[in-house]
Amino acid sequence: MADYNVNTTGNTGPIQKGVSRPKPNPKWGREEESEMFAQNVKHFRQKKLSDDDFRRFRLQHGAYGSRLQMNYSMIRIKVPSGEVNPEQLEKIASLSEAFSIGSAHVSTRQNIQLHWVQLEDVSEVMTGLVEAGLTTREACGNTVRNVMCSHFAGVCPDEKFDATPYAKAIARFFIRNPMCQNLPRKFKINFACCDNHGLARIADIGLIPEIKDEKRGFKIYLGGGLGAASFIGHLVEDFTPESKLLPTCMATIRLFDRHGNRENMARNRMRYLVHEVGWDKFQRLVFKERSIVEMTTANYTSKLFDVKAEEETRPLPKAVNPKMVKLPMLNERVTLESPAYERWLHSNVVPQKQDGYFTAFVTLAAGDITANQLRILAGAIREFSAEGTARNTPQQNLAIRYIRAVDLPDFYNRLGSIGLANPGALTIASAVGCSGTTSCNLAITNSHRLAKEVEYKFLELGLDTDDSLRDSTIKISGCPNSCGQHEIATIGFFGGASRIGPTMAPTYTMLFGGSAGEQSELGKAIMRVPAKRVIDTIRKIIEIYKQERSDSETLNQWINKIVRGEGTGSVRNIENMKASLTPLMQLLPVEKDPEVYSDYGNDARFSAKTARGECAA
Amino acid sequence: MTIENASRSKTDTKEDIVETNKNYDFQLPIICDVDTLRMLIRKDGVRVVDVRKTEEYRQEHIPSAVSLPLAQLLEKDIPTAIMDILQNLGISDKMPVVIYDNTFGALAARVAWSFQYVGHPNTALLEMTFSQWKNLGLETETKINSFPMKTHSLTINHSIHADASYVEAAKEHPNKILIDSRERLNFLTEHIPKAKNIPYTMLGSNGSILRSPEEIKRYIENRGIPVDAEIITYCGSVGTLSGLTYYALKLAGIENVRLYSKSFREWKSLGKPKEEFKDANYWDLSAD
Repeated sequence: MADYNVNTTGNTGPIQKGVSRPKPNPKWGREEESEMFAQNVKHFRQKKLSDDDFRRFRLQHGAYGSRLQMNYSMIRIKVPSGEVNPEQLEKIASLSEAFSIGSAHVSTRQNIQLHWVQLEDVSEVMTGLVEAGLTTREACGNTVRNVMCSHFAGVCPDEKFDATPYAKAIARFFIRNPMCQNLPRKFKINFACCDNHGLARIADIGLIPEIKDEKRGFKIYLGGGLGAASFIGHLVEDFTPESKLLPTCMATIRLFDRHGNRENMARNRMRYLVHEVGWDKFQRLVFKERSIVEMTTANYTSKLFDVKAEEETRPLPKAVNPKMVKLPMLNERVTLESPAYERWLHSNVVPQKQDGYFTAFVTLAAGDITANQLRILAGAIREFSAEGTARNTPQQNLAIRYIRAVDLPDFYNRLGSIGLANPGALTIASAVGCSGTTSCNLAITNSHRLAKEVEYKFLELGLDTDDSLRDSTIKISGCPNSCGQHEIATIGFFGGASRIGPTMAPTYTMLFGGSAGEQSELGKAIMRVPAKRVIDTIRKIIEIYKQERSDSETLNQWINKIVRGEGTGSVRNIENMKASLTPLMQLLPVEKDPEVYSDYGNDARFSAKTARGECAA
Repeated sequence: MTIENASRSKTDTKEDIVETNKNYDFQLPIICDVDTLRMLIRKDGVRVVDVRKTEEYRQEHIPSAVSLPLAQLLEKDIPTAIMDILQNLGISDKMPVVIYDNTFGALAARVAWSFQYVGHPNTALLEMTFSQWKNLGLETETKINSFPMKTHSLTINHSIHADASYVEAAKEHPNKILIDSRERLNFLTEHIPKAKNIPYTMLGSNGSILRSPEEIKRYIENRGIPVDAEIITYCGSVGTLSGLTYYALKLAGIENVRLYSKSFREWKSLGKPKEEFKDANYWDLSAD
């Protein structure tokens, strides 16, 4: 097949992958911060630094305490806008091998986490990260956390413009900024690419690119967020011009800093402030504060917000020769019997707005990836992605963009060689799970393992090939806090402990009908499900859906209808649904079936053990 | 610097025995770099020991190397047997011996430690693995080498060895520190009480089986281990990973290091106390 590579100058050439030169080192990290960390660990061990002071310092620098073992840390590597280059992936691989557990973990907020690092080695990891231009600074603690950006930004067919440079510029402006070193609580900023993709309405500040009168700007949402109590963000105004982007963000953070609740840790996120003050009043406060910011911010300060500096300077391909044949399989049906490659194409590959280029998703089970996989993947990104970088996704997968159609089979084979060619990334099979009892102090259940079990089972059953399930999502958290983002899932779960008869058992509260995007909805709690019955329960729901659905209705649409009480068959509403599922919740006594009373990944008798959370300090 | 030519005569005569009394005055450092080894090979002044499997040795090895698969040494891991091995490989008392493997240095370290334990004073680890040697395009050969037997004295170096009762007694001494060389998840699951963890994965770096002494020293200091402490290293089963740690610590300037060569496998089989941590499900995090 003839194939052409078109660069921005329009020259066509013979077969070349058209891969751009590597990106410059983004320099998010600073070496002196790792030295200071090493110094402070020593001072802490010598008791020259109090527990509280040290914890605050530690979190400010991205090292989170590990589950009931404070001598170990989870290191949260910030990946602003989710963009991570091959050198960084290789560095993370070697650091995870040397100092962590030989694998890395993609979080739901585009961080990459290394678990069980000895406190004494954290500075060594930081030093390595700085070499690769990465940082852990303000990845935890009461600061502006990693600034997210939709992984489709720049390639999304529906986007008004690429939000990536704005996300990075905002991240650059607020990191180490004195105005957000001691907020009442953490603060999250999410950029979307379009109305459908991204998590704009579940962040403190969520932004969707918009164009009005040929001018760039954003739809900005404030006061959203998931947690023990969740809220959907409110729209500030129909259109916020680009020039008011920074003042709006600064004004919001200043209001939060001044009025946020510093007393009650359970209610100190900004969404509670917005809720208590009331949106109308908060909105007026934002406008007022924004005029003050605009009038008083020094020119020097405003210039520190530099979108231009974050823009892509390399010529990226616009499109390949339009005559080139498009991928035939993307929109066709596949089945469990289809060749593995076709199944993968169907559920892991999407076309970009750049004709002939595709984004391929690497399915990671609950976000886990080994050092060796990272290394081979880094090589594949260099070889096959014309932009030469990857983006991590809130679904805990990796998106490799700018792959030419003609290269997809080779790319697939490369992934296959390291066990990363599983299908299902963009389907119900790609379950999200926070780290749960594998490492988190707050976790009650092993949501991480459960998410993996769901994924393995669903792929085995071929649910990734069922297009009626494709727009449904499963998201699992190990406690009511929403790191697993269970409230925006079609079917979400959060972990707890229940007494069943005389025995404690791990259970999950199941929620229906959550969604992300601009039309975000929070899921509604349905019922408690024993951990070991979660998979059977989801399968039962699918079975009922198949009996009840009207023609082309997807599972997601049907579940939303049930939540609204608008079902048309024998299961009309949540109450009917509960009744149909109740038989599944019946457990034999513990003596007869001890296994259902234990949690995934642990044969020992279940007990709910938690310690102080470190989200705030 | 003069280096004695090792005799390649096939006959085991008095002459060889006389030669064992000659002085090899080239004292190897802990880690032997590639240039030094190649120089020694050229001058026929070194015994190169390949501790990979026999098949691997047969396919290809560093010129002049003899084969000693680690398994062969472990089969009869007692001082007299090790002395016999030295003699059979034609190694005399002070002959420089450079050992290599293809397992990030851990197997080579275990063999080097055994030689040192029975009193061979001139042993080094090659700075890199066989694969890395190959990747540099350095010379190899397929010839099976053997050398005339030599006599080797037996002087057991008790100060570098620890057995289970020594390890058990050590916990009463604040200046005796146990280091577990296994990977983090193994360590977290269970380990000898009070042990500190330096996974073997921390020791190597790209292209070299051991990092720089400064880095290793910093890791030790960061853990609050004084350089004048006595350190006992152990790992999972036969003292390979902890053998590498033994040499890493020596390289970093720790004088007093012992290897608990029978390691955690023996410790567990003896029913000795363990520290366990069951409140987290670590294994689920290791991408499987």
